[in-house]
Amino acid sequence: MIRLTHEAIDYTALTESVRRPGCGAVVLFLGTVRDLTGETVTVALDYEAYPPMAERVMHQIAEQTQARWPVAALAMVHRLGRLEVGEVSVAVAVACPHRAEAFAACQFAIDQLKQLVPIWKRENFADGSTAWVHPNVHPGSTQQEPTDQHAHQEREGQAQDDGHAHDRR
Amino acid sequence: MVQVKLFAQARDLAGSAEVTLPQVVATVAQLRRELTQRLPALASLVARSAIAVNGVYATDDTPLGPDDELALIPPVSGGQR
Repeated sequence: MIRLTHEAIDYTALTESVRRPGCGAVVLFLGTVRDLTGETVTVALDYEAYPPMAERVMHQIAEQTQARWPVAALAMVHRLGRLEVGEVSVAVAVACPHRAEAFAACQFAIDQLKQLVPIWKRENFADGSTAWVHPNVHPGSTQQEPTDQHAHQEREGQAQDDGHAHDRR
Repeated sequence: MVQVKLFAQARDLAGSAEVTLPQVVATVAQLRRELTQRLPALASLVARSAIAVNGVYATDDTPLGPDDELALIPPVSGGQR
């Protein structure tokens, strides 16, 4: 199961979906909404995606992961929309015969997802301000990595209503 | 004429989910230049972003056709390991 969803992620069902008799190791990674970024209090995150490309890249990552490790089954779900602190934004479940490869495969899959899948998040801070999180540079850009990894998280003065920005796909 | 999808901060800065460039663009590198000229507020973000052609990451020398779906892909949400 590889997909995007606007519903709460059922990570128990996701974990069960990868279990196989030949696999003695199942690793589940959950990404959850954290309440603090540095010393700034976050109340919610808004996630948006470029859906067809996001799902395609997720499938490519699954294929790469299965090519490198003996993965019997892999499931990957990312949630979109508004998420409150503590909610699960992403889940990756991997089943392998043994645990070392299951941990390695799961870490590879989530690290690739975080770099390459076109999904973005906007922080909604306790003081009403918002900020898109666009850290560093995209690996597909033509720029080199800057040294200050927080240089590009610009705070916008106040909460924005971006209801005018309809996606016309 | 070519249309480019915009997401996240790029969409907010442009005030629209899509930008139309009047001229023909032959390559991804040229698309970056035209986007920057058309929307100067996006210049630093364009430089840090990838370009997707038909939902696939492209390089600066990727040629563009008239029916290609183009998108500006800002750095994704990432997170510290």
